[in-house]
Amino acid sequence: MTRSTIQDPGSGYTSHNVASIVQLDSVSKLYGTFVALRKITLEFEAGRTYVLLGENGAGKSTLLRVVAGLLRPTHGSIRVFDQPKPADARDRIGYMSHAPMLYDELSALENMHYFAGLYRERPCLLPHQALEAVSLDPALARPTGQYSQGMRQRASLARVLLPQPDLLLLDEPFSNMDAASARQMLALVQAQRAAGKTIILTTHQRELAEPIADYLLTLQAGAVASLVARQPEPRRPEAVRP
Amino acid sequence: MKAPYSLLHLLKDMRIEWRSRDAINSMLFFSLLVVVIFSLAFNPAGALSREITGPILCVAILFAAVSALNQAWSRELRHNVLEAHRMSPAPSSALFLGKVISNFLFVSVVELLLAPLFTIFYNLRALGNIWLMLLAVPLGTWAILINGTFFAALSIRSRNRELLLPLILFPIFMPALLAMVLAISAILSGDSDPSLWIKMLAGYDIIFTTISLLLFETVLNAE
Repeated sequence: MTRSTIQDPGSGYTSHNVASIVQLDSVSKLYGTFVALRKITLEFEAGRTYVLLGENGAGKSTLLRVVAGLLRPTHGSIRVFDQPKPADARDRIGYMSHAPMLYDELSALENMHYFAGLYRERPCLLPHQALEAVSLDPALARPTGQYSQGMRQRASLARVLLPQPDLLLLDEPFSNMDAASARQMLALVQAQRAAGKTIILTTHQRELAEPIADYLLTLQAGAVASLVARQPEPRRPEAVRP
Repeated sequence: MKAPYSLLHLLKDMRIEWRSRDAINSMLFFSLLVVVIFSLAFNPAGALSREITGPILCVAILFAAVSALNQAWSRELRHNVLEAHRMSPAPSSALFLGKVISNFLFVSVVELLLAPLFTIFYNLRALGNIWLMLLAVPLGTWAILINGTFFAALSIRSRNRELLLPLILFPIFMPALLAMVLAISAILSGDSDPSLWIKMLAGYDIIFTTISLLLFETVLNAE
């Protein structure tokens, strides 16, 4: 049983039963005078799925980008996989943003070959395996710029899965999708959860992501409003294959 | 380990350019305009053509390169691909080097297409050692592109990046531009020895390539 204990409502949340792989200590992020994150103290446990909720501008994407090492905290410190700089652990982190982070002019398979080349020092999935894992046909020759939004998001997830990261940071993976595509994406995320990956996912579609969440983390105006441990659906890989 | 990474970026850029032809088409269009307009303005013949061709060629290459450089990082910016690069363990200097080499190849293609046009439009006949053009032009082109690619990366987060790039690039490129113009003019007229200017271009290239490679990671990760 892993339950988070609230140390100081509104500022600090930690749990100590499972090894944490991300630790934020009083992390704040300012853009000029705008405070995007306010003194966030959190620990993210290995193998858990965290669903980040909150309104637009609550700081969800900024928090993910800080954990990914794409933004430096203005104040406070962060450790990811015991590295004081998340960038030093970047080969173990998979980050998927709102945008697909793929080249429009290349096919999905060409994109995968290219990105696999960037992770050549890490044991990677084969490009066609990554695409098959997200139910995309590797033989599809169309450039990704001509894909539907759902297909692009899945191709983007394939890029993230390629280097087999231990920590998945998924920013709005269900955005701009129809219901069927969103359910398909959810099944893919669920498969990663079943495989024991640590997942931090932001969404506005709480009802969609809640079934796979170990923790629901709500941000409000850059601060942690609540962190609720929940009993998610059991991890049964055979039941969640897309 | 850097060469294969750079090669990976280079092949990707070449494949994308082959499909879109964005950079080459815009460069070719722009440089053709420069060639035709100046040939009409000056009515070049004999000695005059040898005097003005060096500066006109350099101007054509410079402006064509700037039009390509403005697009150099646009593919990486579109859909946040640049962040995928920042997240990858591949050295960022390899990304930069791959980008410079691909730009160099694209500009070189345009230069090769321009060469016969220059000869026809400006009635050119070089009096010096024409083979030295194979040193002067590539060295000058590399000087534009190493700085241009670096400063294009520096200005990608700016809203006025297309204005900012020439503003930063031109003053820094000025010594190389002068050396390139003087080297080409010396080769065409045969009046003087271009080797000093060619050596100056080589030195300029070595210094700015080293500085750009060392600083690129800082530029890429700037917030």
